[in-house]
Amino acid sequence: MSEEKSFHELEKNIIQAKEEIEALRFSDDPEDQTKVSQLKEKITQEWKKIRPYLNPYHIVQMARHPQRPYTLDYISFLFHDFIELHGDRRSADDAAIVAGFAFYRKKSIALVGHQKGRRTRERLNRNFAQPNPEGYRKALRVMKLAEKFGVPLVTFIDTPGAYPGIRAEEKGQAEAIAYNIKEISRIKVPVVNVVIGEGGSGGALGIGVGDAILMLENSFYSVISPEGCAAILWKDQGAVSEAAENLKFLAKDLLDLGIIDEIIPEPPGGAHVDYEQTFANTEKVLNQTLQNLESLSPEKRLEKRYQKFRKIGVFTEK
Amino acid sequence: MKGLWTRCNQCRRILYKKDILDNYSVCPACNFHFRLTPKERLGFLYDQAQFEKLDENIHSDDPLKFEDTKKYSQRLREYREKTSNPDAVVNTVGTMEGIRVIISVMDFRFLGGSMGSVVGEKVTRALERALNEKLPIIIISCSGGARMQEGTLSLMQMMKTSSAIARLEEAQIPYISVLTDPTTGGVTASFAMLGDINIAEPNALIGFAGPRVIEQTIKQKLPKGFQRSEFLLQHGMLDDVVQRKHLRPYIIRAVRLFLNLPR
Ligand SMILES: [Zn+2]
Repeated sequence: MSEEKSFHELEKNIIQAKEEIEALRFSDDPEDQTKVSQLKEKITQEWKKIRPYLNPYHIVQMARHPQRPYTLDYISFLFHDFIELHGDRRSADDAAIVAGFAFYRKKSIALVGHQKGRRTRERLNRNFAQPNPEGYRKALRVMKLAEKFGVPLVTFIDTPGAYPGIRAEEKGQAEAIAYNIKEISRIKVPVVNVVIGEGGSGGALGIGVGDAILMLENSFYSVISPEGCAAILWKDQGAVSEAAENLKFLAKDLLDLGIIDEIIPEPPGGAHVDYEQTFANTEKVLNQTLQNLESLSPEKRLEKRYQKFRKIGVFTEK
Repeated sequence: MKGLWTRCNQCRRILYKKDILDNYSVCPACNFHFRLTPKERLGFLYDQAQFEKLDENIHSDDPLKFEDTKKYSQRLREYREKTSNPDAVVNTVGTMEGIRVIISVMDFRFLGGSMGSVVGEKVTRALERALNEKLPIIIISCSGGARMQEGTLSLMQMMKTSSAIARLEEAQIPYISVLTDPTTGGVTASFAMLGDINIAEPNALIGFAGPRVIEQTIKQKLPKGFQRSEFLLQHGMLDDVVQRKHLRPYIIRAVRLFLNLPR
């Protein structure tokens, strides 16, 4: 199997089986149900064949897959009675970030996440999930509300990066991100971050740090996109795969480096092939993580949060 | 510096080097601020140009075994030799008008002043020392942002340094951030924008995204003066733009005002 093939070429058989399953979804015919089981088995077998050949850049393509579940998909499946809150109270509302409150296991929870669009119009509307300063300021406003009411906070990370535009710079993109991370460091309620797709640099970090960082198996969290890195360091767009290899930004790498806390497994074929299984896996890890954090006193939690980031870094001292 | 003469990067005039050096490495004709080494910078700030270096023994390990057109470990060796500094930041302690302060200054010559594990660790240690010894801290930024060759480890230094600043705030310790040309990316989006006072030298490039990235994204030319100190002052991101020769008196006055220490 050639490494030159894109992930979309590699997954063709899986997508075909997935679509056949979807066509049979509402059938009561027992024969169709047998067929669904067979198709699921087919996906598992195909995945076993493909998986060993996937390189980091294939995983990037999975993380950016247009059918991958987005923040609002997680919110509508895992939580209920969500109310979305809008605006930063200073200048604007940024659709690249959604924020609000919902119920989770009969308790209130605050939710913040980057949001991508599915269709062209929504994609443009949400600026391809690249926030402007008002997005970060709205996020912080909702985080402070979570602190005020003593409810835990979960953030969903899925952005190519903060938007590099004229207005974004005028309104203080850097300040907005810097201020957020400083404030998140001392928010008294539990903060869990879930990287569901693209963890794009500072744009992710602005809502992407807390007591525990969880990562979907086929997501990435990087200092720069592999394309940007290839352009700057290799001065060659053809080096994207090499850059992806070098940056070590996959979930397993970041677990080894002590940056993230746990990996959420994805179903065969990836999150986009089976939403329900993806949500169930996420729920399981999220619930356990929240329970662990809630068992700590706020003082202890804040000290652990500080020490968690304090320890990140590799160097020698002699 | 070799030779007696040099050309100004901005006005292109041929200038007598001594005239520039006597003028804080600022062009006497057009006010262009030449980039300084940490040693030159600290000489202008401390009493009698005297200071003590801190945390000099921390070295990068090339944790990702990163290799682009060259090995990162090789680059590190080269830049250590070139700059005589172990990495892109120098931590120091000394006095300004007799007031003991900590100054961290970034070295742009070292891989573009980029922040990896060592820069993040050293800036955090400087902040923690300021906290423990109750000393005002000044950080002089000059950086292209996070260091790509250390991947996500570099990114997380933004949180590490910013968390330490939150603690400093709670302990009522003054932190003055001085942004110099250029300060962009992960350094701007963390400690450089978080001073009690943020000031910059004239005409310094300061931003989140680099101008080239923005031009490529929006597919148009950027207006003149965009992302320069004066532009940031106008948009409320800085407290002031301070000429290099006024930097020392400005910092001393601010520290005195915050600490209620009249002359
Ligand atoms: Zn000049």
